[in-house]
Amino acid sequence: MQPITRIHSRTAVLADENIDTDRIIPARFLTTTTREGLGRLCFHDWRYQADGSDNPAFPLNQPQASGCAILVAGRNFGCGSSREHAPWALLDFGLRAVLCSEIADIFRNNALKNGLLAIMVSETEHRWLLEHPGIELSIDVRGEFIELPDGGRIAFQLEPFARHCLLNGVDQLGYLLQHSEAIGAFEARMGEAA
Amino acid sequence: MSNARTLFEKIWDAHVVVAESADTPAILYVDLHLVHEVTSPQAFSELRERGLQLRRRERMLATLDHSTPTLPAGSDGERPYANDEARAQVAKLEANCREFGVALHGWDSADRGIVHVIGPELGATRPGMTIVCGDSHTSTHGAFGALAFGIGTTEVGHVMATQCLLQRKPKTLAIHVDGQLPKGVGAKDLILHIIGQIGVDGGTGHVIEYRGPAIAALSMEERMTVCNMSIEAGARAGLIAPDETTFAWLKGRPQAPQGAAWDAAVARWRQLPSDAGAQYDREVRIDAGKVKPTVTYGTHPGMAIAMDAPVPAARNAQERRALDYMQSEAGKPMQGTPVDVVFVGSCTNSRLSDLREAAGVLRGRRIADGVRMLVVPGSEAVRRDAEREGLHEVFTAAGAEWRVPGCSMCIAMNGDLAQPGQLVVSTSNRNFEGRQGKGARTVLASPATAAASALAGRIADPREYLVEVAA
Repeated sequence: MQPITRIHSRTAVLADENIDTDRIIPARFLTTTTREGLGRLCFHDWRYQADGSDNPAFPLNQPQASGCAILVAGRNFGCGSSREHAPWALLDFGLRAVLCSEIADIFRNNALKNGLLAIMVSETEHRWLLEHPGIELSIDVRGEFIELPDGGRIAFQLEPFARHCLLNGVDQLGYLLQHSEAIGAFEARMGEAA
Repeated sequence: MSNARTLFEKIWDAHVVVAESADTPAILYVDLHLVHEVTSPQAFSELRERGLQLRRRERMLATLDHSTPTLPAGSDGERPYANDEARAQVAKLEANCREFGVALHGWDSADRGIVHVIGPELGATRPGMTIVCGDSHTSTHGAFGALAFGIGTTEVGHVMATQCLLQRKPKTLAIHVDGQLPKGVGAKDLILHIIGQIGVDGGTGHVIEYRGPAIAALSMEERMTVCNMSIEAGARAGLIAPDETTFAWLKGRPQAPQGAAWDAAVARWRQLPSDAGAQYDREVRIDAGKVKPTVTYGTHPGMAIAMDAPVPAARNAQERRALDYMQSEAGKPMQGTPVDVVFVGSCTNSRLSDLREAAGVLRGRRIADGVRMLVVPGSEAVRRDAEREGLHEVFTAAGAEWRVPGCSMCIAMNGDLAQPGQLVVSTSNRNFEGRQGKGARTVLASPATAAASALAGRIADPREYLVEVAA
């Protein structure tokens, strides 16, 4: 994974609460056996009309949302299915960060492992961000703050190891493999415990 | 400080390979890794690209369930896959299992079925274990007092290569269920009621332990229904302490210990329940006596109410959108809503007792004209047992379709789906927009409610039918 230190972009807003991973990528598209090319399916049934044309009511189809890499979403984003296809689709769609007051556990974990910044902010700040679509933000991963156009800052916290991995492009599987000896010792100790 | 520990803490402590610190998560050992065709191919590819092997292939249990057709193979032996991609995905898991030496409970296996149904059936799921799968309904296995949770595909790769996961210790939430469930009200009604009370994100960041007399009174299959839907409240996992019901259910299962090893295992498992005085981060109390036949009225499982209660008014734009999508009317109960499709199946409600519950309502009756009803057993073993009892004949005589095991219309990725606008009364776990087909409207319910609704052609209270049977 490439190190990620800073994301700078305008925001796009999907204010709905509880946007589940079925909405991010419907299950019928999960027959794929690769991670690539899922961006065209991202938010598929919301984004397109029955005839395949863009749904003008879908906020990310608005011209001002074009090119935005930061999504501000309603609370409990990413709930439901554990499919990692959701962050793969969002990244391939062009998003680099999701800001929310609450993000579902499995989605948040999957997102951070793929370099999609899943960042939780306070409810007050979340409300403000929802009400100001299109503002320019700079997300500083090292300093754990979001810089607003007027220079103001919103602080956030990432799980320290996830932050370390993002900043240094750490391969988590490589990290686990370094502990093979400890794992072997555990297995020897465990015997047939279960 | 007290040494009293919760069930969760005991399992967690026993699986820590490297303890967590401020900078690093714990390295947690995984006893059982369940695998299916949808969330594994990219992980196998990763292993192959990096030249890695499986660390403990004997700790993996693989099956085919999501993309598999539920209609039987044709006379030419060809299975009616929804499309070539689904066929290729199944072939991929078959090839990966051959290449990496994983035992696959595939098409030719007498054990094939939904991964969360066959793990317990085989006795692969046991108390005190850590169990993961690239599937959020892994929480089902918590019914046995195992710490079981869903993971993403990157983590599937981690477990394949190291048998471990990087995990921060979650918080604990005790849900005490007092009293007893009224007659004709079951585990599905209870868990929908609980999620309706605590909310679709009420368990986020927590492992739930379901406790109390109403939980202890549940059968193993009912406990699986409850734990299965823990993720629908956002919880990492759901747990129920193992007890005599658990041991009796597991005894003699193919992978359960035998003889002296069984006695030793039971002695260990008796140490697992939470100690008196153990502390939880949060506690909630639920009165089982107040639970009624419960259904959903919106587009997430937290939008659940008693079927005879008025649908609450929308409090915001999202709830208005949900009611519009469902065509649910605030102030009116869900009971009586016309039904197009009824689905009995899924890892929530596809076990023998679920099929018996539905058949008990349907026996000797016909489903309403214009209603399509699908009954999909959770596994080949469930199918065999149900057919031995003649349940399949009850279903087909009533006008329902009796299918081959699989996830089917719960996730609707195998071609079993509802049409836009159709209302589905479903025993599955998710009523998200489009979950059962683009534009389809899902009402989650118990098997008894699903069966009663198929008969009436409208959402109906199963107790009305059960009374007739008794009389």
